[in-house]
Amino acid sequence: MPISHSIPSFIAPYEACEGDVLQVRDLHFSYPDGHTALHGISLKLCEGDKVALVGPNGAGKSTLMLHLNGILGGHGEVEIGGQRLTRNNLPAIRAMVGLVFQNPDDQLFSPTVFEDVAFGPLHMGLPEAEVRARVDTALEDVRMSSYKDRLSHHLSVGEKKRIAIATVLSMKPSLLVLDEPSAGLDPRARRTLINLLRELPITMLVSTHDMRLVQELFPRTIVMDEGRIVADGLTMEILDDEKLLTAHGLEKP
Amino acid sequence: MHFDAFDRYHEKESFIHRLDPRVKVVVTIAFIVSNALLPDGAWMAFVFAWLFLLAANIFSRLGVAYTFKRSLVALPFALIAITVLFSIPGKALFTFQLFTSNLTVTDAGLLRFVSIIIRSWLSVQIALLLVATTRFPDLIHAFEHLRVPAILTTIIAFLYRYLFVLTDEVFRLLRARESRSAGSTGKRSGGGVLWRAKVAGNMAGQLFLRSYERSDRIYNAMLSRGYSGRLYTLNPHEMKSRDYFVTAFAIAIIFIVQIIGRL
Repeated sequence: MPISHSIPSFIAPYEACEGDVLQVRDLHFSYPDGHTALHGISLKLCEGDKVALVGPNGAGKSTLMLHLNGILGGHGEVEIGGQRLTRNNLPAIRAMVGLVFQNPDDQLFSPTVFEDVAFGPLHMGLPEAEVRARVDTALEDVRMSSYKDRLSHHLSVGEKKRIAIATVLSMKPSLLVLDEPSAGLDPRARRTLINLLRELPITMLVSTHDMRLVQELFPRTIVMDEGRIVADGLTMEILDDEKLLTAHGLEKP
Repeated sequence: MHFDAFDRYHEKESFIHRLDPRVKVVVTIAFIVSNALLPDGAWMAFVFAWLFLLAANIFSRLGVAYTFKRSLVALPFALIAITVLFSIPGKALFTFQLFTSNLTVTDAGLLRFVSIIIRSWLSVQIALLLVATTRFPDLIHAFEHLRVPAILTTIIAFLYRYLFVLTDEVFRLLRARESRSAGSTGKRSGGGVLWRAKVAGNMAGQLFLRSYERSDRIYNAMLSRGYSGRLYTLNPHEMKSRDYFVTAFAIAIIFIVQIIGRL
């Protein structure tokens, strides 16, 4: 029996926020095969928010993320930085939302690291000097400056992950969206990544199964299950609610 | 896990390595075209072309015989030309019987055959030298700046990037099959030929599906970073006076080889 949660079972009193970075209102989406992945998602993110998105596999986390920069288009509204996402402003929106995919081999599609990090800025139509400056800064931000001329397929998974983040940092996004950044990393690479995410001064929404990462890094957590947001509030309180966690297949770290 | 068996680039500090990739591509193509244009039996010209190749080998610091050693693998393909031995009219050298037909080798045929083998052997070697001294991304840039259509260079670039990912995928599949290909003592393991063929077919299908889905995810990743149907790249290379000089010099030599071949 699927658990029914038509009414959000838990919404913590999270300080009211205007949603100046991201607003999603009543978003519905069904895949072409008829499977409904999102059942009316609404959420707001503010400048400086670092938010974890947790929930079991198939909860719709990745689907939601693909809506934030218009790769998928469902029914409902998505607003980035006060601009409503439409077909016309897609290029501008994609520069504002840095989406990093789970598998870095999908994210890094150019032969060299430099070309991959330069891809976003070049397609934004920036002049060459600015592109080069942005590539340097982005690689410095992820501490990979010496990897500029390396070939992507020669890197380790941890290195690829960090380069993948640099590929969107070079677009100077106002919102960073990461899909399971710590999956498949060894403890040291994971630790490096956590430190990196902590230091990045950008609003971020991070989907993950790594509950210790959630506890350590994100003040706010959103729980999704079966295409709905079932909880949205302070991480501290959500992680204390064991009933909520077990009901949605999660574990207390 | 990395699978670099396809990467033929040899890191070295040499004159040839430092040349602009465009120069190397242009000279390589000119050399190959020149070989194709040399008349049959232009032995002197073949020798000069070969000396040119040896000099290039030496300047690349890979060793005089570097490309020679690797060129032998390509020779079997040149054997496709074996039919010219029998199909060009001329003085009969000898005749032998193959199954039910009599085959006659003619002198004109033999001359053409040997010439074709030499031409392809020289051409394969210069191509080997090109990929040994130029990093693959640089090669792609060279093609881009030589106005090769973007659709072609893009396809080659993606092919290069994902060849390694795909080979890894294949090896994972093969390993997964091997780990489960158990056998009980005293019995032949592995099942029948038909069953094995079915397994192999499933694996090929699996590989196609995975690649297809991956292409979807890559396209999404490209869209996320502003891709809208046009690829932009920066030119990381600049032609120096040395590059122009080498191009002119090499083209002049190739020209002389052509003249020698036609004397």
